[in-house]
Amino acid sequence: MSVDSEIAAENQRVLKRLIVGAVAMFGFGFLLVPFYEKICEVTGINNILQPSKVTNTQVDTSRTILVQFDANIHHDLPWTFRPLQTAVRVHPGELTTIAYEVSNNRPEAITGQAVPSYGPQVAGQHFMKMDCFCFTQQTLAAGESRTMPVAFVLDPALPADVTTITLSYTFFEIAGRRAEAGRAGGHES
Amino acid sequence: MAAVTPDQLHDHHHGPTGLMRWITTTNHKDIGTMYLIFSFIMFLAGGVMALTIRAELFSPGLQVVEPELFNQLTTLHGLVMVFGAIMPAFVGFANWMIPLMIGASDMAFARMNNWSFWLLPPAAILLIGSFFVPGGATAAGWTLYPPLSIQMGMGMDMAIFAVHIMGISSIMGAINIVVTILNMRAPGMTMMKMPLFCWTWLITAYLLIAVMPVLAGAVTMLLTDRHFGTSFFNAAGGGDPVLYQHIFWFFGHPEVYIMILPAFGIVSQIIPTFARKPLFGYASMVYATSSIAILSFVVWAHHMFTTGMPTAGQLFFMYATLLIAVPTGVKVFNWIATMWRGSMTFETPMLWATGFIFVFTMGGFTGLICAIAPIDIQIHDTYYVVAHFHYVLVAGSLFALFAGAYYWLPKWTGRMPDEKIGKLHFWCSLIFFNITFFPMHFLGLAGMPRRVPDYALQFADFNMLASIGAFGFGLSQLIFLWVVIKAARGQGEKATARSWEAAEGLEWTVPSPAPHHTFEEVPVVK
Ligand code: HEM
Ligand SMILES: [Cu+2]
Repeated sequence: MSVDSEIAAENQRVLKRLIVGAVAMFGFGFLLVPFYEKICEVTGINNILQPSKVTNTQVDTSRTILVQFDANIHHDLPWTFRPLQTAVRVHPGELTTIAYEVSNNRPEAITGQAVPSYGPQVAGQHFMKMDCFCFTQQTLAAGESRTMPVAFVLDPALPADVTTITLSYTFFEIAGRRAEAGRAGGHES
Repeated sequence: MAAVTPDQLHDHHHGPTGLMRWITTTNHKDIGTMYLIFSFIMFLAGGVMALTIRAELFSPGLQVVEPELFNQLTTLHGLVMVFGAIMPAFVGFANWMIPLMIGASDMAFARMNNWSFWLLPPAAILLIGSFFVPGGATAAGWTLYPPLSIQMGMGMDMAIFAVHIMGISSIMGAINIVVTILNMRAPGMTMMKMPLFCWTWLITAYLLIAVMPVLAGAVTMLLTDRHFGTSFFNAAGGGDPVLYQHIFWFFGHPEVYIMILPAFGIVSQIIPTFARKPLFGYASMVYATSSIAILSFVVWAHHMFTTGMPTAGQLFFMYATLLIAVPTGVKVFNWIATMWRGSMTFETPMLWATGFIFVFTMGGFTGLICAIAPIDIQIHDTYYVVAHFHYVLVAGSLFALFAGAYYWLPKWTGRMPDEKIGKLHFWCSLIFFNITFFPMHFLGLAGMPRRVPDYALQFADFNMLASIGAFGFGLSQLIFLWVVIKAARGQGEKATARSWEAAEGLEWTVPSPAPHHTFEEVPVVK
């Protein structure tokens, strides 16, 4: 019997260690989040929410790029969102400031976050934003309207075959992005 | 002492009878049987989904199901097959065979063993039941990538809970297996004398304990993103959907080895028996298995070559992945070396094992092709990948499971499997498998994307062929049911304790069928 109870005690000991291991790995999954963010920060990937650092400020007047602006609202965010100018022509290296206008049509305060994207995709790496409303969340009071600037420089290293760039923002609602039943993928058009 | 009555000699189980016996049982053989039956039912359920998918893809255009349902079917097919069929089937084998192979009377934690099984049926009900809730089942693909998985309806929540439950079940099962193997071996059964099936399961169990919690974490983050306002993966709140892919595949790649290492173990038991030679390179098999397991933690991003990774990252993950081919190659080499100049016979288990080596290796090669980053950027998310992973999962894991089932059926039922029907099952499966999945390589190379209900006309012929093969394959699996039912009903040739002429190992020293209690008297291994 004593051999049996010895084995049982040993079993309990290994069991506890393995449980600790499993719980630690559950934590490790969450640890991957800050780890990933750190790697992205260090390697400079995924910095869409931070101002860019501009190193080359030489203006290249031999090239003119058409920059177009686009605005979208995700789902049913009750905002109106539009660029104040549809396009500008700029030289690479030249500091340019444009503006977007956003207004909240609901009688309640709502917080949103704009996420930029670029066409063609490759332009994204060369589109240096010094200032942008997309760096922070925007909270609009009931009925509030706001004009928001974007200051940018095109990196002169922009590939030569890019002559037109589209900067497109989509505003997402921050609160209330719960998944209601029936909002299922297939059932919305 | 009172005289021993025949009743006491009768090998049996005591306690509740009927349904309650199965609900309360802590016997490793009962639990193993339940796992095996459960996984076969899930295999049929996943198979019905697969055949619905293939019926839709039989010809271009939409005819059988709506695209929404099609996406739900591909998603649930993957989840059900991975978590419901393949993984529980291997756990069933572990429960039945590991105590018998190492001379233990039962698993280390018999009560916990019962819980880990009974968690599975509720999870299965959640998964399959999710088809019938508003919005239907999740349609985000078995990988549950955001943003889709953040937008789906309540079917997605049910899938998340099902994954949680199945995860807990696998972790409990894995802990049980580790403790049993480490502490319950009969005297003289040293680690390096252990049958390879036990070794591969030991390593698999460690993998499970390491990565199932990570998956649980990932789906928990999905859940909080969906309902509690966090933004782990939500771009709008500063999160990143690509982060999910990293976490998922940190689980996902070891997971594919969780599904193949026990298969390697089964095949390593069968080949020596029918080649009538000891396994070639036993120690190198142990080391190869361990290195595969360790390497599997550093290759995950080969599933993500198209996410815009820096070139250095692509190169690292490409070379690390290609490196896994080395220990895998060692294994294939050892199996063939075991057969070399052996006195081979091809009873049904051996046929399946040989078929496994042949077809699994093809899947390994297409894996290498996928691992080459510049090529993968072309074939990622095409039918080429579908072909790759069905060669390794169906012709790999599933064929090995069938090989093992035929091999140990005499020990489970006391009857030899019917050779004629078993061979018919094998040849039908092998041929129809290739008719189904071989054309998918061509479809993928020609650019047909995966997870689409409709396709361009130039893909029509190969798709029709694949669909015909799929129905043949699906129907062939009913032959297996026939063999098993026949043996379970006590029909066919009676099995001896050894069952197969050259079978080695402790499991063959107990009578067939194995009595309810075995190795109460601890055996000594010389
Ligand atoms: C030599 C060994 C292997 C190599 C080099 C390899 C490589 C790869 C690569 C590079 C991919 C990603 C393809 C893509 O999405 O573009 C992939 C996908 C996959 N592999 Fe393997 N693989 C190997 C063995 C296995 C094994 C043994 C299994 C399972 C038993 C497996 C299961 C899968 C699955 C399920 C996927 C698809 C996942 C998905 O996107 O849904 N592979 N493999
Ligand atoms: Cu992988």
